[in-house]
Amino acid sequence: MIKLTIDNIPVEVQEGTTILEAARLVNINIPTLCFLKDINEYGNCRMCIVEVEGRNNFATSCIQKCEEGMVVHTHTKKVMDARKMVLDLTLSNHHKDCLTCVRSGNCELQKLAIQYNVKEIEYAGEQSEHTVDDKSPSIVRDFNKCVLCKRCVATCKNVQDIGAIEATNRGFESCISTACDASLNDVDCTFCGQCIMSCPVGALREKDSTEEVWKMIHNPELFTIVQTAPAVRVALGEEFGYPIGTNVKGKMVTALRRLGFDKIFDTNTGADFTIMEEANEFVERISNGGTMPMMTSCCPAWVRFAEKNYPDLLEHLSSCKSPHQMFGGVLKSYYAKVNNIDPAKIRVISVMPCIAKKFERTREEMESDNIRDVDSVITTRELARMIKQHDIEFSELEETEFDNPMGEASGAAAIFGVTGGVMEAALRTAADVLEGKDLGRIDYEAVRGKEGIKKATVTVAGKEIKIVVASSLKNARIIMEEIRNGKADYDFVEIMACPGGCIMGGGQPIKSSKQRATIDIHKLRSDSIYTIDEKSTFRKSHQNPAIIKIYDEFLKKPCGELAHKYLHTEYKEEPKYNI
Amino acid sequence: MENEKCVNCAEKKLQDETRELLQKHEKRKDGLIKILEEVQSKYGYIPKVSQLEISEYLDIPLAEIYGVITFYSRFTLKPKGKYNVSICLGTACFVKGSKEILQSAKEKLGIDEGETTTDGKFSLDTTRCIGACGLAPVFTINDEVYGNSTVKKFNEVLDEYIKKD
Amino acid sequence: MKKTIDEIEKIRWERRSDLDLRVNRNTPNTQRHILVCNGTGCTSSKSPKIMEKLEQLIKEKNIENVRVIKTGCFGLCSKGPILIVRPEDTFYSLVKIEDCDEIINSHILGGQIVQRLLTKDLNGNIVNKLDELPFYKKQKRIVLKNCGLINPEDIEEYIAFDGYKALIKVLSSMSRDEVVEEVSKSGLRGRGGAGFPTGKKWSFVKAEEENQKYVVCNADEGDPGAFMDRSVLEGDPHTIIEAMTIAGYAIGANQGYIYVRAEYPIAVKRLEIAIKQARDYGLLGQNILNTEFSFDIDIRLGAGAFVCGEETALLESIEGKRGQPRLKPPYPAHSGLWGKPTLINNVETYANITQIILNGSEWYSSIGTETSKGTKVFALGGNVNNVGLVEVPMGTTLREIIYDIGGGIPNGREFKAAQTGGPSGGCIPKQYLDTQIDYESLKAIGSMMGSGGLIVMDDTKCMVNIAKFYLEFTVSESCGKCTPCRIGTKRMLEILEKICDGRGNEHDIEKLKVLADSIVKSSVCGLGQTAPNPVLSTMKYFMDEYEEHVKDHKCKAKECKNLTQIEIDPEKCKGCDLCKKSCPVQAISGEIREIHTIDQNKCIKCRTCLQACPFKAIH
Repeated sequence: MIKLTIDNIPVEVQEGTTILEAARLVNINIPTLCFLKDINEYGNCRMCIVEVEGRNNFATSCIQKCEEGMVVHTHTKKVMDARKMVLDLTLSNHHKDCLTCVRSGNCELQKLAIQYNVKEIEYAGEQSEHTVDDKSPSIVRDFNKCVLCKRCVATCKNVQDIGAIEATNRGFESCISTACDASLNDVDCTFCGQCIMSCPVGALREKDSTEEVWKMIHNPELFTIVQTAPAVRVALGEEFGYPIGTNVKGKMVTALRRLGFDKIFDTNTGADFTIMEEANEFVERISNGGTMPMMTSCCPAWVRFAEKNYPDLLEHLSSCKSPHQMFGGVLKSYYAKVNNIDPAKIRVISVMPCIAKKFERTREEMESDNIRDVDSVITTRELARMIKQHDIEFSELEETEFDNPMGEASGAAAIFGVTGGVMEAALRTAADVLEGKDLGRIDYEAVRGKEGIKKATVTVAGKEIKIVVASSLKNARIIMEEIRNGKADYDFVEIMACPGGCIMGGGQPIKSSKQRATIDIHKLRSDSIYTIDEKSTFRKSHQNPAIIKIYDEFLKKPCGELAHKYLHTEYKEEPKYNI
Repeated sequence: MENEKCVNCAEKKLQDETRELLQKHEKRKDGLIKILEEVQSKYGYIPKVSQLEISEYLDIPLAEIYGVITFYSRFTLKPKGKYNVSICLGTACFVKGSKEILQSAKEKLGIDEGETTTDGKFSLDTTRCIGACGLAPVFTINDEVYGNSTVKKFNEVLDEYIKKD
Repeated sequence: MKKTIDEIEKIRWERRSDLDLRVNRNTPNTQRHILVCNGTGCTSSKSPKIMEKLEQLIKEKNIENVRVIKTGCFGLCSKGPILIVRPEDTFYSLVKIEDCDEIINSHILGGQIVQRLLTKDLNGNIVNKLDELPFYKKQKRIVLKNCGLINPEDIEEYIAFDGYKALIKVLSSMSRDEVVEEVSKSGLRGRGGAGFPTGKKWSFVKAEEENQKYVVCNADEGDPGAFMDRSVLEGDPHTIIEAMTIAGYAIGANQGYIYVRAEYPIAVKRLEIAIKQARDYGLLGQNILNTEFSFDIDIRLGAGAFVCGEETALLESIEGKRGQPRLKPPYPAHSGLWGKPTLINNVETYANITQIILNGSEWYSSIGTETSKGTKVFALGGNVNNVGLVEVPMGTTLREIIYDIGGGIPNGREFKAAQTGGPSGGCIPKQYLDTQIDYESLKAIGSMMGSGGLIVMDDTKCMVNIAKFYLEFTVSESCGKCTPCRIGTKRMLEILEKICDGRGNEHDIEKLKVLADSIVKSSVCGLGQTAPNPVLSTMKYFMDEYEEHVKDHKCKAKECKNLTQIEIDPEKCKGCDLCKKSCPVQAISGEIREIHTIDQNKCIKCRTCLQACPFKAIH
């Protein structure tokens, strides 16, 4: 243990603790901007500087390890002045259009500027001017607001092992950019959106779709159906002051109704379709010697990653569309027919924890009979903005249920929102199909939890099935390399691009660096998801009566002809760079 | 169509040549700068095609390679002119008036630092000390070094090059 | 083929006559060596062509007792191309190709020195010998010992001049601790700028318990106006290889890297040759000189980034990345190249090592001042008569360097300031000309030793403009990693531009100072922390000039164009109208044979009229 004093308070810490962490232990806050725990620890921004007695220059508290006998001062006049200077300089090269910025109110820079009482920019001067990249369907990159903290670069490189963005040029001309300054649309970016989650300001944001959704809602000719993904309900509340992980399903449904959607459905039903198809596809592959291992395909960032990096292994991907696309297909065929609605007038809007879904929806093959499966995708954050825009007092709302008959979904579908959930849900069904009877087993603990790679062997119908669950594209790459090099003997692989799964998706509420460092956000949200599962009437997809009904009346059998038409898709090699 | 074909031919040639050059190097990431240096000196800039090949060969994301290229001032993304005029702005040269020479070069060539004339004949650069401080102020045109220069001398030399093909 | 220690000693014995002729100059035989400088400076003024011509003439005339030797820099670059004929030590300067015939016919064949090619001292007296040149008199050459004396491309010449003797001594009779101890006792401090004790650095790396360690030579001499390291690499590459190998032995490393600027093609080429030769002779590679010790060196090229002179940025660059500094601690001695313990010294530091080993730490520490031992090489440039490379004992005064060695200020101008330490250093005014130069004294007067650039400025230089020049440099070389340096230096430059443009006010000076202080304290690396120094030091000594710029909107040195006015002296104007015709913006009015005037609002200060006036009436 190491003893030191911070602002005259004695502190005792483990060796290797940084001054920043030590200060937090005794409730002393040191401001940061570029720091992102375990991801970006380079000390670029200089906000976290502190005075250490006996040193000429300031110490960088986010990196500097505590030393025995250190005497640290975190808020002396010198330090405060220097921080204010850093802020002044940062703001002098920042587009300060806070009024119209999507991050206003949730911006780490804005918060610091208020906190440090920055009233005017003392050192105003030339500002860098850059064109905004809004070519992609998912991400908008506005370098004019960038503070060069490099949190996005580190996330893309260290967490996702993609490296689509990098610091370019140098000095005042420094930028965060892509290869040859191309649009993110045309490079190796997968649209996972994790960069947005790490951006402290509004330099990276989702492509806004709220305007197009309002237009659909307000068009009396159109029949609007909104569906919400399993991960949205456990995060949306955070935008309205609820504790992290609160399940606000009932209020969310009411809010959606108030916004004016004609029908409110649960994407979990779509997930039940996915499980029906995927579990049966797996059974078919394992029984008939298909390409193994089979890999899940419900994460569009992962699919784009595979198409760009492993075109030789696309055969391994399940041909299943993702739940919301499947659901869109069913809504515009079966549901339209049953309710006698012209499918051309139906608009399906998906509320997703994800920005890659915005891209997925635009993929050419995501349609049947020339009708798009899904017409618009908004993120959890955009939904929150729409609710606010509609002057709805969220906390005051009563709780209501999804519309029937599509509203009922299984617990298996609910856990799609966490890493390991798709695997667990598929196993629940596949085991029953393979054994030909309803097995008592529901929980597969080995695939739960937020570790990046989880491996297990389960015995089903006398067969040993090797499974692996990976979340983050860095881990996906590890698994893919194993497969490519013939070093893998897995049967079933689940991959999610976002670390921890969809509950940590790129469309979820953005958490500050400090929240990320001090709160286990993943745990809070996933606990909530597993509670939903536990409380569900049906825990397995194939037991969901709505699903049984639709197969009976319309799709006939999993992986059948109609199922293929509406619920399956195909993949093709994508050039890594289009520049 | 003809033209398009030719563009592809040129790109194919660049690709082949870059691959050949890469074969001489180990697949080590720390070899990146050396490789870029070779490509730069071979073509006078670093073509996009070469960047893609290097990225593939060394398994480094293209953005990172671009980041490295734009960090180091010796690397350029655009071809230089047939005659690259470079004015030394090292301290010794600056103290002896190299800024005036630079000004004159800009006016005479009608381009700014880092630019190339539309006909591709001249490009203009500045360097930070080529180490010939004893001859300050110094400018170079391609590999030729001109020392103890003045604006007048510079203009005379440049006129000679303007007359050349 | 690889050599044993005995074989190396044999080479040394066989090639002794070269040493006798060139250094001792007392050989009774009739051999002559014509040493031709092939440093970058003289190469730029065509010395390789001169060499070619001399060799051709010698061949044509079948002259047998003369050899032409390609050497590194002699130091007096402004007089290049330079030729020295030994043993008589005749110093020919500003030699042209056309002079070669005469040198061969008259001097070599006829024994008559070519008087017109000899150089003159300040009093106009002809100087026959190099030794007699005032430029060399006060110098003491340790680092530059072999520069200008040996052929850098011939390992055997290096061996003949005591080369690899220190390595042999170390490998055959010294323990690793003894080597570190010797370096420590010598008092040698890092010549890259900050002056960290070299022995201490070596002992830190040695103490690390790690199998893989590295030795790195920082040859990324980025300071514009400094070329000491380049000259050593060009003139004596083996001394660096030998010193790095000794360092490798001492700290327990088997791999070295020399990080050298690609802007130094000659240095790179000679290093490549030297490394190959050393490998061939078994002085690099596996089992050096048949001992247990193995060590090799690779070259890494810098690609034009000043910040890579900062040691951690340099490491990043060697690893093939953007050269952005790492935060310290951890220091490279603990976690350097690829996270392994790494010893980094610059070229000049290494160039002292062999002499310390051979002559002992006591000898070395007897040179210099109390805190700074040995010598320092300076690249003397700017407004001084003798531009070039000088090596003086620590403790020599600026006055001695500038006036005795440098020959004073040209064109009868006044000395105004000397700049040391490059963009990280400061300007030293007249009142400190007698300061004895060492690390501490320079720091005390607001400058720093730096790598050794020494730029002399006369009274035509505006100090605000000089500060602006350095800031321009820093802004364009800032790596962009941390906020204070990336944006702060840019804002400083903008304020300086405002002041030089005549748009400044008194508040700007205060703003500049506050910002400068803040950048010093909060930047990540040495580049940022020292970037404001040129401004701070000129503010300290030349505040009157800043004030004059902002209060009176005047620049007395007349360098800031917007603060100077071009006027026609009515006494001298004859009304010839030539100025009016020459003016590109029609700012001059006046009838023929009447006094002309300049409309200051229109004038763009292009100075065309100054040249057009036959009566020198415009100023």
